[in-house]
Amino acid sequence: MTATTATSAYAPRTGGSRQLAGTGTLLRFALRRDRVMLPVWIAVNALMVLSMPNTLKGLYATAAERADLIRQMETNASLRALIGPVFDDSVGALTAWRVGVYAAALAAVMSLLVVVRHTRDEEESGCQEMVSSGMVGRRAPLTAALLAAAVANGVLALLITAGLAGHGQAGALAVGLGIAGVGMVFATMAAIVAQLTESARLARGLTAAVLGAAFVLRAAGDSATDDGSSVLTWLSPLGWLENLRAFADERWWVLPLFAAAILLQGAVAYELAGRRDVGMSFLPTRPGPADGRLRTAGALAWRLQRGSVLGWSIGFFLAGVVYGGLTEGAADLVGDNANAREIFQRMGGQSGLTNTFLAAMIGMLGLIAALYVVASVLRLAGEETSGRAEPVLANAVGRLRWSAGHLVVAFGGSALIMLLAGLGFAVGYGKETGPILGACLVQLPAVWVIGGVAVLLHGLAPRAAMAAWAVAGAVLLIGWIGPALNVPQTVLDLSPFGHLPKLPGGEMEWGPVLTLTAVAAALVTAGLAALRRRDLVT
Amino acid sequence: MTNAITVSGLHKSFGRTHALDGLDLDVETGEVHGFLGPNGAGKSTTIRVLLGLLRADSGAAQVLGRDPWADAVDLHRRVAYVPGDVTLWRNLSGGEVIDLYGRLRGGLDKARRAELIERFELDPTKKGRTYSKGNRQKVALVAAFASDVDLLILDEPTSGLDPLMEEVFQACVEEERDRGRTILLSSHILSEVEELCDRVSIIRKGRTVESGSLADLRHLTRTSVTAELAGPPNGLSHLPGVHDLDVQGLRVRLQVDTDKLDAVLRSFAESGVRSLTSTPPTLEELFLRHYQDEAPAAEGAQGAMAR
Repeated sequence: MTATTATSAYAPRTGGSRQLAGTGTLLRFALRRDRVMLPVWIAVNALMVLSMPNTLKGLYATAAERADLIRQMETNASLRALIGPVFDDSVGALTAWRVGVYAAALAAVMSLLVVVRHTRDEEESGCQEMVSSGMVGRRAPLTAALLAAAVANGVLALLITAGLAGHGQAGALAVGLGIAGVGMVFATMAAIVAQLTESARLARGLTAAVLGAAFVLRAAGDSATDDGSSVLTWLSPLGWLENLRAFADERWWVLPLFAAAILLQGAVAYELAGRRDVGMSFLPTRPGPADGRLRTAGALAWRLQRGSVLGWSIGFFLAGVVYGGLTEGAADLVGDNANAREIFQRMGGQSGLTNTFLAAMIGMLGLIAALYVVASVLRLAGEETSGRAEPVLANAVGRLRWSAGHLVVAFGGSALIMLLAGLGFAVGYGKETGPILGACLVQLPAVWVIGGVAVLLHGLAPRAAMAAWAVAGAVLLIGWIGPALNVPQTVLDLSPFGHLPKLPGGEMEWGPVLTLTAVAAALVTAGLAALRRRDLVT
Repeated sequence: MTNAITVSGLHKSFGRTHALDGLDLDVETGEVHGFLGPNGAGKSTTIRVLLGLLRADSGAAQVLGRDPWADAVDLHRRVAYVPGDVTLWRNLSGGEVIDLYGRLRGGLDKARRAELIERFELDPTKKGRTYSKGNRQKVALVAAFASDVDLLILDEPTSGLDPLMEEVFQACVEEERDRGRTILLSSHILSEVEELCDRVSIIRKGRTVESGSLADLRHLTRTSVTAELAGPPNGLSHLPGVHDLDVQGLRVRLQVDTDKLDAVLRSFAESGVRSLTSTPPTLEELFLRHYQDEAPAAEGAQGAMAR
């Protein structure tokens, strides 16, 4: 038995190149399919990194100011946890510090999306069967997916290295390679997870959870030490990036860590892929009940979305706990600096600084909640284009009732996750629970406007509904890097989040909150009216 | 007799494509109506208009006396639909989907459901993609046959079913007919249509080209005749409706329009008949004739095939 298995396992090796037959064609095909998605991801990421030096020059113009910043960071565990430790006061080093971790996380998300899209997604939809029936080697699909990710990360590294070279070539190369390295670590991680699950959605979710864990490990490690030397930091690929110490006497010996992780994870993925059949997974599907309890279209919508609602709920609650726990320390930024303390006290005292930090963090969670609401609303489009909506609507279910189920999960779910984030803050911070909960909920009208845009787009044409991601992405971009780029106010005003009152700390303004709620309601109404009038698409 | 489905002059375009170009369809209450046509003829488009999933550009459609677009939801309480390609949710078991569809239709006969699962040999505990194509069809078929409706719309429902299951399907359709239900059956399996359907409509390029009972349709086409005569044949080639005449001594082979058969037989009788075989047109020939273009080129091709 063992002997036969061994022979069959080794048999393909005689025709080694055949295992990879068709990889080139598949790679070109993958890059062609991603011809819009990848350039956008790369451009946004590179823009974020390359715009940072100018922003920093504006904020900390003189060397003395930059040196001051470093001293503050050495004493402030919370900010280190959020961003990481600083190793030098040059503009290059500060750029690497300020955006490195976030650019790397973005590269990781891009990579995991690309890899899952060209592996598990293809198997789940059944496309892989047709492809594999052609002159395609057993290892070609996975190889093509990883190469596509490698091309994307390579271009990103090239752009970042070239763009930052003016601040020091070695440092620029370290930042570029480090960010691309993190990207490839998560590309190969996604390749492993894609072998384990049968659902592409679950594969993406699990890999994203690993990324979240990597972020938390690094944050915990960095809050403990100010030079990135904690064991926890070293456990996280994001921690390796900061330990490269770009623009601060680069430690090139960290790079082989990336290479080793990529090769090891890649080898595991290939090994797993070689041990399973097309379309199968290592986590088998269990049989379900022979009789169903689902009674309504609403119950079906909840059943289909409850897993992702649970995932987002846990994520938002934990984010609240973590940021809540950091809040106390953020106010210590003032440290022993008597001058700075006086300034902050004049600005509104200790609580003023705490509130600014809380408002920024809650605002960021609000922006991320916009991604949830888009994903959830777009389930409608997914159900429709996959053909699953057709038999449901051929029953005594109207289009309004069918969409209402998903919209309740989308809009109610966004309220739930923001509420849970607020409770997380209450657990982590333990003070001002009421105002913090209020601040979380006040994000909702803006979140709902984005959801309303998605409903309208789906109502007009489900194939155009994917444009809702572009809207959410643009809003995220405006919210995160818009202010730093000195973008004109008219552009900032395009984002509904720009009109929200700055809570906690600021004045509650009912005007914009109610207006945004009304806009969201109008968008949803228009979207549903359009949905009732148009043809169903398959 | 009242009509379960009445469609007249239906038009539907997708951009530049005219999927339906003045389609007519009449399905009488209580009959099994075959709905035939080549791929892309507009069968599924018609069915989706009848289900209120698409809105017709012009023309009139009535299902069970109601407007399929405006009264979609109320109408669907009395209609069950089986698509040709059933897509299931990956995390729902087949049993859950059957019950969901039943409840969304306003009720399901539990005993009938159990009986159908038994007869179709379906495992209701499996989930989504672990079903094969044929088993996914069975999930939709059980849901449709177990619900208490007046009209079943089946769009190539047996694609992927094995011959045994095909037999179960045919038995189920006959039971439904015996209960007085109306069935619109779109299918490419001609034996199935011949077995089940009272009347058929054949559509091509979005138009109805033929409608009636199979006997009516047969009448419109040609019969193959082979005869051994006692004396030399006489004037056969001048008879109307005779095609592909082939005379070898006393042996005659020919095709004749079925309604012109009498004249041929009279002519044979004059010469004296030793043996005679007459084959009615097969369904395949019937449909090929309707499916193919009426252009001369296609006519020639059909002639070649008939020979």
